[in-house]
Parts: sequence; C-alpha cells; structure tokens
Amino acid sequence: MAENNKVIRLHYEVDGEDFSLAGEASSNVKKVLKQLGFDPQVVRKVAIAMYEGEINMVIHAQGGTVEVEITPAQIKMILQDQGPGIPDIDLAMQEGYSTAPHKIRELGFGAGMGLPNMKSYTDEMHIRSEVGKGTTVEMIVKT
Amino acid sequence: MDQFERAEYMKLETVKEILEAEVLVGEEFLEMDVLSACGCDLMSDVLAFVKDRVLLLTGLVNPQVIRTAEMMDIRAIAFVRGKVPGKEVLELAKEKDMILLTTKYPLYVSCGRLYHEGLMNGSNIVER
Repeated sequence: MAENNKVIRLHYEVDGEDFSLAGEASSNVKKVLKQLGFDPQVVRKVAIAMYEGEINMVIHAQGGTVEVEITPAQIKMILQDQGPGIPDIDLAMQEGYSTAPHKIRELGFGAGMGLPNMKSYTDEMHIRSEVGKGTTVEMIVKT
Repeated sequence: MDQFERAEYMKLETVKEILEAEVLVGEEFLEMDVLSACGCDLMSDVLAFVKDRVLLLTGLVNPQVIRTAEMMDIRAIAFVRGKVPGKEVLELAKEKDMILLTTKYPLYVSCGRLYHEGLMNGSNIVER
C-alpha cells in the first residue's frame, strides 16, 4: 500500500437464509487483503475472525452487515445485526457455552468456540448488545 | 530431541497411498507436501489450529468445511469413512485450488496410519 493515509472501505450484506453461503464475505476480504500485499499471518487472522463472526450472524441473527476498514496499520471489522442480542456477554465469551441449535452443531459449528476464537485472533474486540435489538462486534487486527 | 517438533513432511501422493484414498478433485496437487495434519469434525477447533501446510481429515462434507479450510490456507482435505461431498462442494474446492481425497478408513484409523508413517508435526499439546 503506497499511500499511507489511504483508507479502503468494504461493505457486505450477510445473507441469513442460506448457511452454505456463510463465509463469502470473509473469503472476499481475504482476497482483497492478499492482493494488497498484507502479511499472510495478518490476512489469516482477519479471515478467521470475520468468518466466525459471519457464521454467528447467520446462526443467531438471520444475517447482518459487515463494514471493513483497511489502513496500512490495521484492519477494522464492524459486524452488525438486528438479531435477538446477547443477554450475558461474559457467559457467551466462555469456551463451550452455546445456544446454537442442533442442526448447526451437525455442520461442525455451535460448540461455543466462535467468540473465544474471534478474541484470540484479534488485537481488540468490543461487543455491544441489546436484547431484542441486536449486536455489534468491532474487531481490530494490527498489522 | 523433542519428538513433537520433528519437521517431517509428507507428499500427498504418499498420504493417498497410506489412506488407500481416491482423489475427488485436484489430482494435479498430489505432488504437494503437508507438514502436519488435523483430524476434526468441529470446524471451530480447526479454526483454532494454526499451522502451515496442513492436511485436514474430517467426516463432515458440507460447504463450510471448504470455507473453513480456505480461511486457514489449508489446501488438502481427506474425507473419512468413505464420505463424498456433493457437487457444489467439489466445485467450490476446485475454485479454491484444493485437493480432496476420500478414504474408507474412519477418522481415528486414518490419523493413526498417517501418524505411524511419520506425519507427526502438529501434535503439540495446547498450552492453557
């Protein structure tokens, strides 16, 4: 990235109807970051964190939106949904705690590892959630 | 020498022989080698497994297996217990330049055979 003050913004609508499409946005972000020449480790961290977030939005909130802000210093992802919200964020952060339905578990997800994985792959993660209104997750990966 | 850090690698051609596997897509990548393997049916556990040049062994055959592998830069997947994913999954894998194998052995036996033959890297104990 030649110009240091340049900010690249990406916007995605995540479809909540079709679980098989979950991950398309993350796949696209991964491609863009690769093309921009970011370190493969950074690209992988962003891809995994965003993918887990995308899966969460599809499982729990019938989809949502993702904003990605790319600068040479960091990649910021803001995932927003209008789902049921998270009543107890500390509990949701615990490994193994999950409210995902059985059919999602059969697909290899819903084991209560999503949010802990997202936290471990990012440098910053902030969750704001209101029951009945929705959830916003902001994640930052520093380069 | 720490046996868990042995830098062994294995060609996918050899993996194919050991697992008596069939190639579903990506025959052209049989020359690629892998340094470690991850046998898992829980995709979030796969997403916590960061290694280079990984072979994923799994009994799941839905599109999210391919997506998970993509995020992890995993290019080789072996489906166990004779499972074969649907056309849509095979197409997605082709698009991502992946090689997919299928073996009749169950997950435990598949992992055991590969480990026994020297594919040991990646067995580090997770520190908590």
